[in-house]
Amino acid sequence: MKSSRSKIVSRALEEIKSGMYINLGIGMPTLIANEIPAERGVMLQSENGLLGIGPYPEDGLEDADLINAGKETVTAVSGASCFDSAESFAMIRGGHVDLAILGGMEVAENGDLANWMIPGKMVKGMGGAMDLVHGAKRIVVIMEHVNKQGESKVKRFCELPLTGQRVVHRLITELAVFDFHGGEMTLVELQPDATLEEVREKTEAYYQVSTGLLGTEKEGRS
Amino acid sequence: MDKLARSAEEAIRNIPDGATIAVGGFGLCGIPENLIAALRDRGTSGLTIVSNNCGVDDWGLGLLLANRQIKKMVSSYVGENKTFEQQFLNGELEVELVPQGTLAERLRAGGAGIPGFYTPAGVGTPVAEGKETRTFDDRAYLLERGIKTDYALVKAWKADTCGNLVYRRTSRNFNPLAAAAGKVTIAEAEEIVDIGALDPDEIHTPGIFVQHVVLGRHYEKRVERRTTRSPKGENE
Repeated sequence: MKSSRSKIVSRALEEIKSGMYINLGIGMPTLIANEIPAERGVMLQSENGLLGIGPYPEDGLEDADLINAGKETVTAVSGASCFDSAESFAMIRGGHVDLAILGGMEVAENGDLANWMIPGKMVKGMGGAMDLVHGAKRIVVIMEHVNKQGESKVKRFCELPLTGQRVVHRLITELAVFDFHGGEMTLVELQPDATLEEVREKTEAYYQVSTGLLGTEKEGRS
Repeated sequence: MDKLARSAEEAIRNIPDGATIAVGGFGLCGIPENLIAALRDRGTSGLTIVSNNCGVDDWGLGLLLANRQIKKMVSSYVGENKTFEQQFLNGELEVELVPQGTLAERLRAGGAGIPGFYTPAGVGTPVAEGKETRTFDDRAYLLERGIKTDYALVKAWKADTCGNLVYRRTSRNFNPLAAAAGKVTIAEAEEIVDIGALDPDEIHTPGIFVQHVVLGRHYEKRVERRTTRSPKGENE
Protein backbone atom coordinates (compact mmCIF):
# COMPACT_ATOMS: atom_id res chain seq x y z
CA MET A 1 0.00 0.00 0.00
CA LYS A 2 1.21 3.52 -0.79
CA SER A 3 2.30 5.81 2.05
CA SER A 4 0.09 8.72 3.05
CA ARG A 5 2.53 11.17 1.56
CA SER A 6 2.77 9.43 -1.78
CA LYS A 7 -1.04 9.26 -2.03
CA ILE A 8 -1.24 13.00 -1.34
CA VAL A 9 1.52 13.85 -3.80
CA SER A 10 0.03 11.63 -6.55
CA ARG A 11 -3.36 13.27 -6.17
CA ALA A 12 -1.87 16.77 -6.02
CA LEU A 13 -0.11 16.11 -9.35
CA GLU A 14 -3.53 15.92 -11.01
CA GLU A 15 -4.13 19.57 -10.06
CA ILE A 16 -1.28 20.61 -12.32
CA LYS A 17 -2.56 21.42 -15.79
CA SER A 18 -0.69 22.19 -18.95
CA GLY A 19 0.62 25.75 -19.25
CA MET A 20 0.10 26.75 -15.62
CA TYR A 21 2.30 29.08 -13.57
CA ILE A 22 2.58 27.42 -10.17
CA ASN A 23 4.04 28.16 -6.76
CA LEU A 24 4.82 25.14 -4.59
CA GLY A 25 5.22 25.70 -0.85
CA ILE A 26 8.09 24.42 1.27
CA GLY A 27 7.99 20.83 2.57
CA MET A 28 5.62 18.25 1.08
CA PRO A 29 4.60 20.53 -1.85
CA THR A 30 8.24 20.68 -2.98
CA LEU A 31 8.14 16.89 -3.47
CA ILE A 32 5.57 17.41 -6.23
CA ALA A 33 8.07 19.36 -8.33
CA ASN A 34 10.16 16.26 -9.02
CA GLU A 35 7.11 14.34 -10.24
CA ILE A 36 5.71 16.81 -12.80
CA PRO A 37 6.02 15.35 -16.31
CA ALA A 38 8.10 17.68 -18.52
CA GLU A 39 5.52 17.53 -21.32
CA ARG A 40 2.98 19.26 -19.09
CA GLY A 41 4.85 22.49 -19.83
CA VAL A 42 4.39 24.33 -16.55
CA MET A 43 6.52 27.08 -15.02
CA LEU A 44 7.28 26.86 -11.31
CA GLN A 45 7.57 30.16 -9.48
CA SER A 46 9.85 30.55 -6.48
CA GLU A 47 8.99 33.61 -4.39
CA ASN A 48 12.65 34.48 -3.80
CA GLY A 49 12.78 35.59 -7.43
CA LEU A 50 12.75 32.81 -10.04
CA LEU A 51 10.12 31.86 -12.60
CA GLY A 52 11.10 28.52 -14.12
CA ILE A 53 12.60 26.34 -11.39
CA GLY A 54 14.46 23.39 -12.86
CA PRO A 55 15.62 20.15 -11.24
CA TYR A 56 18.32 20.03 -8.57
CA PRO A 57 21.77 20.57 -10.11
CA GLU A 58 24.14 17.74 -10.87
CA ASP A 59 26.66 17.08 -8.15
CA GLY A 60 29.42 19.69 -8.31
CA LEU A 61 27.35 22.16 -10.36
CA GLU A 62 25.55 23.80 -7.40
CA ASP A 63 25.31 27.58 -7.72
CA ALA A 64 25.04 29.53 -4.45
CA ASP A 65 23.26 32.32 -6.37
CA LEU A 66 20.48 30.02 -7.58
CA ILE A 67 18.20 28.69 -4.85
CA ASN A 68 14.50 28.06 -4.28
CA ALA A 69 12.37 29.46 -1.45
CA GLY A 70 13.37 26.47 0.70
CA LYS A 71 16.98 27.66 0.29
CA GLU A 72 17.87 24.54 -1.70
CA THR A 73 20.22 24.74 -4.69
CA VAL A 74 18.23 24.40 -7.92
CA THR A 75 18.64 25.03 -11.65
CA ALA A 76 16.69 27.30 -13.99
CA VAL A 77 14.80 25.89 -16.98
CA SER A 78 15.14 27.25 -20.48
CA GLY A 79 12.89 30.33 -20.60
CA ALA A 80 13.31 31.11 -16.91
CA SER A 81 13.48 34.66 -15.56
CA CYS A 82 14.90 36.25 -12.39
CA PHE A 83 13.52 39.28 -10.55
CA ASP A 84 13.43 40.98 -7.18
CA SER A 85 11.15 40.10 -4.26
CA ALA A 86 8.69 42.97 -4.84
CA GLU A 87 8.16 41.92 -8.46
CA SER A 88 7.86 38.32 -7.32
CA PHE A 89 5.02 39.22 -4.97
CA ALA A 90 3.46 41.44 -7.63
CA MET A 91 3.10 38.21 -9.64
CA ILE A 92 1.61 36.49 -6.62
CA ARG A 93 -0.57 39.23 -5.14
CA GLY A 94 -1.56 40.49 -8.56
CA GLY A 95 -3.30 37.22 -9.42
CA HIS A 96 -0.87 36.11 -12.12
CA VAL A 97 0.01 32.77 -10.52
CA ASP A 98 -2.54 30.12 -11.52
CA LEU A 99 -2.07 27.72 -8.64
CA ALA A 100 -0.39 27.57 -5.25
CA ILE A 101 -0.02 24.26 -3.44
CA LEU A 102 0.71 24.75 0.27
CA GLY A 103 1.14 22.58 3.32
CA GLY A 104 -1.26 22.93 6.24
CA MET A 105 -1.45 22.44 10.00
CA GLU A 106 -5.24 22.91 10.21
CA VAL A 107 -7.99 23.60 7.69
CA ALA A 108 -11.49 24.59 8.84
CA GLU A 109 -14.78 23.81 7.13
CA ASN A 110 -15.16 27.44 5.97
CA GLY A 111 -11.79 27.33 4.15
CA ASP A 112 -9.67 28.99 6.85
CA LEU A 113 -6.04 27.87 6.82
CA ALA A 114 -3.50 27.75 9.66
CA ASN A 115 0.01 26.73 8.68
CA TRP A 116 2.56 29.07 10.27
CA MET A 117 2.63 29.11 14.06
CA ILE A 118 1.93 27.06 17.16
CA PRO A 119 1.45 29.26 20.26
CA GLY A 120 3.96 28.42 22.98
CA LYS A 121 6.48 27.14 20.46
CA MET A 122 9.12 29.32 18.86
CA VAL A 123 7.53 31.45 16.17
CA LYS A 124 9.59 31.16 13.01
CA GLY A 125 7.54 33.40 10.78
CA MET A 126 5.03 33.17 7.99
CA GLY A 127 7.40 33.67 5.07
CA GLY A 128 5.34 34.22 1.92
CA ALA A 129 2.32 32.08 2.86
CA MET A 130 0.02 34.95 3.84
CA ASP A 131 0.63 36.71 0.53
CA LEU A 132 0.22 33.52 -1.49
CA VAL A 133 -3.16 32.56 -0.04
CA HIS A 134 -4.65 35.88 -1.17
CA GLY A 135 -2.91 36.11 -4.49
CA ALA A 136 -2.81 32.86 -6.44
CA LYS A 137 -5.95 32.14 -8.48
CA ARG A 138 -6.36 28.74 -6.87
CA ILE A 139 -5.17 27.56 -3.43
CA VAL A 140 -4.77 23.83 -2.88
CA VAL A 141 -3.70 22.66 0.57
CA ILE A 142 -2.10 19.26 1.02
CA MET A 143 -1.69 17.73 4.48
CA GLU A 144 -2.12 14.54 6.44
CA HIS A 145 -5.69 14.11 7.69
CA VAL A 146 -4.81 13.65 11.38
CA ASN A 147 -1.90 14.71 13.58
CA LYS A 148 0.53 12.43 15.41
CA GLN A 149 -1.94 12.11 18.29
CA GLY A 150 -4.59 10.95 15.84
CA GLU A 151 -6.62 14.18 16.14
CA SER A 152 -8.33 15.56 13.07
CA LYS A 153 -6.59 18.44 11.31
CA VAL A 154 -9.75 19.04 9.27
CA LYS A 155 -11.67 21.08 11.81
CA ARG A 156 -14.87 22.98 12.54
CA PHE A 157 -12.72 26.02 13.40
CA CYS A 158 -8.95 26.48 13.32
CA GLU A 159 -7.51 26.67 16.82
CA LEU A 160 -4.10 27.84 15.61
CA PRO A 161 -3.55 31.44 14.47
CA LEU A 162 -4.68 31.79 10.86
CA THR A 163 -2.62 32.22 7.74
CA GLY A 164 -5.74 33.37 5.90
CA GLN A 165 -9.54 33.42 6.24
CA ARG A 166 -11.64 31.42 3.75
CA VAL A 167 -8.75 31.09 1.37
CA VAL A 168 -8.64 27.34 0.60
CA HIS A 169 -10.25 26.15 -2.65
CA ARG A 170 -9.33 22.47 -2.33
CA LEU A 171 -7.88 20.24 0.40
CA ILE A 172 -6.13 16.97 -0.43
CA THR A 173 -5.34 14.46 2.32
CA GLU A 174 -4.38 10.78 2.16
CA LEU A 175 -8.06 9.95 2.70
CA ALA A 176 -10.04 12.44 0.69
CA VAL A 177 -10.39 15.55 -1.45
CA PHE A 178 -12.63 18.39 -0.22
CA ASP A 179 -13.76 21.54 -2.04
CA PHE A 180 -14.78 24.83 -0.42
CA HIS A 181 -17.52 27.12 -1.74
CA GLY A 182 -19.25 30.00 0.04
CA GLY A 183 -17.91 28.96 3.44
CA GLU A 184 -19.00 25.33 3.09
CA MET A 185 -17.01 22.19 2.61
CA THR A 186 -17.84 19.25 0.35
CA LEU A 187 -16.24 15.83 0.14
CA VAL A 188 -15.68 15.37 -3.58
CA GLU A 189 -13.39 12.34 -3.81
CA LEU A 190 -12.14 9.43 -1.76
CA GLN A 191 -8.50 8.46 -2.04
CA PRO A 192 -7.59 4.85 -2.89
CA ASP A 193 -8.36 2.48 0.03
CA ALA A 194 -10.33 5.15 1.97
CA THR A 195 -14.00 4.74 2.91
CA LEU A 196 -16.71 7.28 3.69
CA GLU A 197 -16.81 5.86 7.19
CA GLU A 198 -13.09 6.36 7.82
CA VAL A 199 -13.30 9.93 6.51
CA ARG A 200 -16.28 10.59 8.82
CA GLU A 201 -14.39 9.19 11.84
CA LYS A 202 -11.28 11.26 11.21
CA THR A 203 -12.92 14.56 10.23
CA GLU A 204 -14.02 17.03 12.87
CA ALA A 205 -15.41 19.50 10.32
CA TYR A 206 -18.97 19.37 9.06
CA TYR A 207 -19.15 18.66 5.36
CA GLN A 208 -21.48 17.69 2.56
CA VAL A 209 -20.84 14.64 0.45
CA SER A 210 -20.84 15.18 -3.29
CA THR A 211 -23.80 13.42 -4.89
CA GLY A 212 -21.39 11.54 -7.11
CA LEU A 213 -20.02 9.72 -4.06
CA LEU A 214 -22.21 6.79 -3.14
CA GLY A 215 -25.67 8.14 -3.70
CA THR A 216 -27.50 9.97 -0.99
CA GLU A 217 -25.33 9.39 2.08
CA LYS A 218 -24.89 12.70 3.90
CA GLU A 219 -22.53 13.79 6.60
CA GLY A 220 -22.48 16.25 9.45
CA ARG A 221 -25.01 19.00 9.79
CA SER A 222 -26.56 18.71 6.33
CA MET B 1 31.26 60.66 -9.44
CA ASP B 2 33.43 58.15 -7.64
CA LYS B 3 31.67 56.27 -4.83
CA LEU B 4 34.34 53.67 -4.31
CA ALA B 5 35.30 53.05 -0.69
CA ARG B 6 38.67 51.47 0.02
CA SER B 7 37.34 48.77 2.30
CA ALA B 8 34.20 47.43 3.93
CA GLU B 9 35.53 48.80 7.25
CA GLU B 10 35.74 52.29 5.80
CA ALA B 11 32.30 52.00 4.16
CA ILE B 12 30.45 51.15 7.40
CA ARG B 13 32.48 53.36 9.74
CA ASN B 14 29.88 56.13 10.07
CA ILE B 15 26.95 53.87 10.96
CA PRO B 16 26.06 54.88 14.54
CA ASP B 17 24.82 52.73 17.40
CA GLY B 18 21.02 52.45 17.28
CA ALA B 19 20.79 52.81 13.48
CA THR B 20 18.06 51.17 11.42
CA ILE B 21 19.54 49.17 8.54
CA ALA B 22 17.88 47.36 5.62
CA VAL B 23 19.96 44.35 4.59
CA GLY B 24 19.54 42.48 1.30
CA GLY B 25 19.53 38.71 0.89
CA PHE B 26 17.26 35.69 1.07
CA GLY B 27 18.55 33.06 3.45
CA LEU B 28 22.30 33.20 2.83
CA CYS B 29 21.84 33.99 -0.88
CA GLY B 30 22.87 37.49 -1.93
CA ILE B 31 23.84 38.71 1.54
CA PRO B 32 26.43 41.50 1.90
CA GLU B 33 28.81 39.20 3.75
CA ASN B 34 31.80 41.57 3.81
CA LEU B 35 29.80 44.53 5.14
CA ILE B 36 28.16 42.35 7.82
CA ALA B 37 31.57 41.05 8.91
CA ALA B 38 32.92 44.61 9.07
CA LEU B 39 29.95 45.68 11.19
CA ARG B 40 30.58 42.73 13.49
CA ASP B 41 34.25 43.73 13.84
CA ARG B 42 33.35 47.34 14.57
CA GLY B 43 30.79 46.29 17.19
CA THR B 44 28.10 48.84 16.28
CA SER B 45 25.20 47.99 18.59
CA GLY B 46 21.52 48.57 19.33
CA LEU B 47 20.70 48.00 15.65
CA THR B 48 17.27 47.56 14.12
CA ILE B 49 17.68 45.29 11.10
CA VAL B 50 15.10 44.99 8.33
CA SER B 51 15.90 41.80 6.43
CA ASN B 52 13.88 38.85 5.20
CA ASN B 53 15.87 36.41 7.37
CA CYS B 54 18.50 36.58 10.09
CA GLY B 55 21.26 34.35 8.78
CA VAL B 56 22.32 31.15 10.55
CA ASP B 57 24.14 30.75 13.85
CA ASP B 58 27.63 31.35 12.52
CA TRP B 59 27.08 33.26 9.28
CA GLY B 60 25.39 36.31 7.82
CA LEU B 61 23.32 38.39 10.24
CA GLY B 62 23.73 35.54 12.74
CA LEU B 63 27.20 37.00 13.39
CA LEU B 64 25.67 40.28 14.62
CA LEU B 65 23.15 38.39 16.73
CA ALA B 66 25.83 36.25 18.37
CA ASN B 67 27.70 39.47 19.18
CA ARG B 68 24.50 41.02 20.66
CA GLN B 69 24.52 43.96 18.26
CA ILE B 70 20.89 43.62 17.18
CA LYS B 71 18.06 45.11 19.24
CA LYS B 72 15.21 44.43 16.84
CA MET B 73 14.61 42.32 13.71
CA VAL B 74 11.94 42.98 11.09
CA SER B 75 11.71 39.76 9.06
CA SER B 76 9.36 37.26 7.45
CA TYR B 77 11.13 34.07 8.54
CA VAL B 78 13.74 33.53 11.24
CA GLY B 79 13.65 29.76 11.68
CA GLU B 80 17.26 28.81 10.97
CA ASN B 81 18.94 30.34 13.98
CA LYS B 82 19.25 29.01 17.55
CA THR B 83 20.89 32.17 18.90
CA PHE B 84 17.88 34.05 17.62
CA GLU B 85 15.52 31.75 19.51
CA GLN B 86 17.47 32.09 22.77
CA GLN B 87 17.68 35.88 22.63
CA PHE B 88 14.03 36.17 21.68
CA LEU B 89 12.86 33.90 24.51
CA ASN B 90 15.09 35.80 27.00
CA GLY B 91 13.48 39.06 25.90
CA GLU B 92 16.80 40.48 24.65
CA LEU B 93 15.61 40.69 21.07
CA GLU B 94 12.50 42.37 19.67
CA VAL B 95 10.92 40.79 16.59
CA GLU B 96 8.40 42.11 14.11
CA LEU B 97 7.22 39.37 11.75
CA VAL B 98 5.98 40.65 8.41
CA PRO B 99 4.56 38.58 5.52
CA GLN B 100 7.27 38.30 2.91
CA GLY B 101 5.41 40.08 0.12
CA THR B 102 4.38 42.83 2.53
CA LEU B 103 7.99 43.24 3.65
CA ALA B 104 9.17 43.52 0.05
CA GLU B 105 6.46 46.05 -0.77
CA ARG B 106 7.08 48.06 2.41
CA LEU B 107 10.70 48.51 1.37
CA ARG B 108 9.74 49.23 -2.24
CA ALA B 109 7.16 51.78 -1.10
CA GLY B 110 9.56 53.40 1.37
CA GLY B 111 12.18 53.77 -1.34
CA ALA B 112 9.58 55.12 -3.76
CA GLY B 113 8.19 57.78 -1.41
CA ILE B 114 4.92 55.99 -0.71
CA PRO B 115 4.04 56.13 3.00
CA GLY B 116 1.47 53.33 3.03
CA PHE B 117 -0.50 50.88 0.92
CA TYR B 118 -3.26 48.30 1.29
CA THR B 119 -2.67 44.57 0.97
CA PRO B 120 -4.87 41.53 1.63
CA ALA B 121 -2.01 39.57 3.23
CA GLY B 122 -2.65 39.09 6.94
CA VAL B 123 -6.36 39.98 7.09
CA GLY B 124 -7.96 37.97 9.92
CA THR B 125 -4.58 36.90 11.33
CA PRO B 126 -2.34 38.15 14.17
CA VAL B 127 -0.63 40.39 11.56
CA ALA B 128 -3.78 42.54 11.39
CA GLU B 129 -3.69 43.56 15.07
CA GLY B 130 -3.67 47.33 15.45
CA LYS B 131 -3.87 47.99 11.70
CA GLU B 132 -6.54 49.83 9.75
CA THR B 133 -8.70 47.52 7.64
CA ARG B 134 -10.47 48.83 4.58
CA THR B 135 -12.74 47.19 2.06
CA PHE B 136 -12.28 47.66 -1.68
CA ASP B 137 -14.60 45.86 -4.11
CA ASP B 138 -15.90 43.58 -1.32
CA ARG B 139 -12.44 42.42 -0.21
CA ALA B 140 -10.72 43.43 3.03
CA TYR B 141 -7.21 44.88 3.02
CA LEU B 142 -4.74 46.03 5.68
CA LEU B 143 -2.97 49.35 5.70
CA GLU B 144 0.79 48.73 5.78
CA ARG B 145 3.48 51.38 6.08
CA GLY B 146 6.42 51.98 3.78
CA ILE B 147 9.83 51.50 5.39
CA LYS B 148 12.71 53.96 5.07
CA THR B 149 15.93 53.10 6.84
CA ASP B 150 18.99 55.11 7.91
CA TYR B 151 21.28 52.76 6.02
CA ALA B 152 21.06 49.85 3.60
CA LEU B 153 23.67 47.14 3.02
CA VAL B 154 23.36 45.29 -0.27
CA LYS B 155 25.28 42.77 -2.33
CA ALA B 156 25.66 42.99 -6.11
CA TRP B 157 27.41 40.78 -8.62
CA LYS B 158 28.88 43.69 -10.56
CA ALA B 159 29.03 47.37 -9.75
CA ASP B 160 30.57 50.36 -11.45
CA THR B 161 32.26 53.16 -9.54
CA CYS B 162 29.17 55.41 -9.73
CA GLY B 163 27.01 52.82 -7.98
CA ASN B 164 25.14 51.13 -10.81
CA LEU B 165 24.48 47.54 -9.74
CA VAL B 166 23.84 44.23 -11.48
CA TYR B 167 22.74 41.15 -9.57
CA ARG B 168 23.02 37.52 -10.55
CA ARG B 169 20.20 34.90 -10.54
CA THR B 170 18.22 34.69 -7.29
CA SER B 171 20.78 36.71 -5.35
CA ARG B 172 18.82 39.81 -6.42
CA ASN B 173 15.88 39.14 -4.04
CA PHE B 174 15.55 42.03 -1.53
CA ASN B 175 18.74 43.85 -2.58
CA PRO B 176 17.27 46.42 -5.02
CA LEU B 177 14.43 47.17 -2.57
CA ALA B 178 16.81 47.64 0.35
CA ALA B 179 19.05 49.83 -1.82
CA ALA B 180 16.19 52.22 -2.55
CA ALA B 181 14.86 52.22 1.04
CA GLY B 182 18.16 53.24 2.64
CA LYS B 183 18.97 56.94 3.06
CA VAL B 184 22.61 55.90 2.81
CA THR B 185 23.13 52.72 0.80
CA ILE B 186 26.39 50.82 0.81
CA ALA B 187 26.82 48.17 -1.88
CA GLU B 188 29.47 45.48 -2.01
CA ALA B 189 30.14 43.66 -5.27
CA GLU B 190 32.13 40.68 -6.50
CA GLU B 191 33.53 42.81 -9.30
CA ILE B 192 33.91 46.57 -9.73
CA VAL B 193 34.08 47.88 -13.29
CA ASP B 194 34.78 51.32 -14.73
CA ILE B 195 32.01 53.77 -15.51
CA GLY B 196 30.65 52.92 -18.95
CA ALA B 197 31.53 49.24 -18.78
CA LEU B 198 27.97 48.23 -17.87
CA ASP B 199 25.34 48.40 -20.60
CA PRO B 200 22.64 50.85 -19.39
CA ASP B 201 19.97 48.28 -20.30
CA GLU B 202 21.41 45.63 -18.01
CA ILE B 203 21.56 47.73 -14.82
CA HIS B 204 19.15 46.54 -12.10
CA THR B 205 19.80 49.26 -9.49
CA PRO B 206 20.65 52.69 -10.92
CA GLY B 207 23.47 54.46 -9.11
CA ILE B 208 21.21 57.19 -7.70
CA PHE B 209 20.17 54.72 -5.00
CA VAL B 210 23.74 53.90 -3.97
CA GLN B 211 26.10 56.17 -2.00
CA HIS B 212 29.11 53.91 -1.45
CA VAL B 213 30.52 50.95 -3.36
CA VAL B 214 33.11 48.52 -2.10
CA LEU B 215 34.79 45.48 -3.62
CA GLY B 216 33.96 42.41 -1.56
CA ARG B 217 36.84 40.11 -0.75
CA HIS B 218 36.98 36.38 -0.07
CA TYR B 219 33.37 35.57 -0.89
CA GLU B 220 32.26 32.40 0.84
CA LYS B 221 28.75 32.42 -0.66
CA ARG B 222 27.63 29.66 1.66
CA VAL B 223 24.79 27.35 0.65
CA GLU B 224 22.14 26.58 3.27
CA ARG B 225 20.77 23.40 1.68
CA ARG B 226 22.97 21.75 -0.90
CA THR B 227 20.62 19.62 -2.98
CA THR B 228 21.72 17.72 -6.08
CA ARG B 229 20.20 15.29 -8.52
CA SER B 230 22.19 12.28 -7.34
CA PRO B 231 21.17 10.69 -4.05
CA LYS B 232 23.16 11.88 -1.04
CA GLY B 233 26.58 10.31 -0.75
CA GLU B 234 26.42 8.53 -4.09
CA ASN B 235 29.37 10.40 -5.58
CA GLU B 236 31.46 10.63 -2.44
